[in-house]
Amino acid sequence: MLDIEFQKSPKGKWTTPPFDPRFPNQNQTRNCYQNFLDYHRCVKRMNRRGKSTQPCEYYFRVFHSLCPKSWVQRWTEQIQGGTFAGKI
Amino acid sequence: MAYPFQLGFQDATSPIMEELLHFHDHTLMIVFLISSLVLYIISLMLTTKLTHTSTMDAQEVETIWTILPAIILILIALPSLRILYMMDEINSPSLTVKTMGHQWYWSYEYTDYEDLSFDSYMIPTQELKPGELRLLEVDNRVVLPMEVTIRMLISSEDVLHSWAVPSLGLKTDAIPGRLNQTTLMGTRPGLYYGQCSEICGSNHSFMPIVLELVPLSYFEKWSVFML
Repeated sequence: MLDIEFQKSPKGKWTTPPFDPRFPNQNQTRNCYQNFLDYHRCVKRMNRRGKSTQPCEYYFRVFHSLCPKSWVQRWTEQIQGGTFAGKI
Repeated sequence: MAYPFQLGFQDATSPIMEELLHFHDHTLMIVFLISSLVLYIISLMLTTKLTHTSTMDAQEVETIWTILPAIILILIALPSLRILYMMDEINSPSLTVKTMGHQWYWSYEYTDYEDLSFDSYMIPTQELKPGELRLLEVDNRVVLPMEVTIRMLISSEDVLHSWAVPSLGLKTDAIPGRLNQTTLMGTRPGLYYGQCSEICGSNHSFMPIVLELVPLSYFEKWSVFML
């Protein structure tokens, strides 16, 4: 029938966030939020040191895959407005 | 999908649902056996002229009808726990799809690569084409590749909803502010229907879910078309 191996993406390219053992259960809210925070913290610190933010792309891809768009939009607006509750 | 005069579950489309079907067969058989035994004994009791008014000691039968039910319960519990743990197995999904419940429709987001998102409203009865299912069809179906492990993340934008597809053995609550994960693995292509399973207002019965499982190449074409 259909060859499953053939259907998988070529190795090395992004497919979807892998299993994160820090968040093994049904509630993935924190997984999304933590990666969102980690991305912004990474970008802030890399910019402060004048380094490239390319390593931060992993966190971006994870929260972009996991977090609902409305949440990301709301948090981004809060960050821009200075009302974001998390520590970045 | 459900059909008229249906007695059992819908045909299984995922490995977990197959297990649940077999477990249900096993447990229901035990239940039928016990019920018929009890009914038979009651009928015997009610249709005899014999009497025995001097029972003093029932130690042996009491032992039997304590130990035997305990064994039966264990025989039910072991397969049940096996399936419970099977549902929690760690797998590596190849695709993540988010679904947000709204009053009164579902919206879907496929954001692993590009940003693909759309709403899925029920087709009103007046606008159904011949052969379509009343209260079950939607304008935009959730197209997914088959035989692939998919991570479904379910949440809500307003009140409680629940995202259910009985054929795949899926039902997960959509809770505002919380992201619930479930794993979807369809074994064969086709259309699979479900309905919102948590009361959410006047149109709670009118926000169905339709999964369209297709080969991967069709899914890729569809996602490019939808962007």
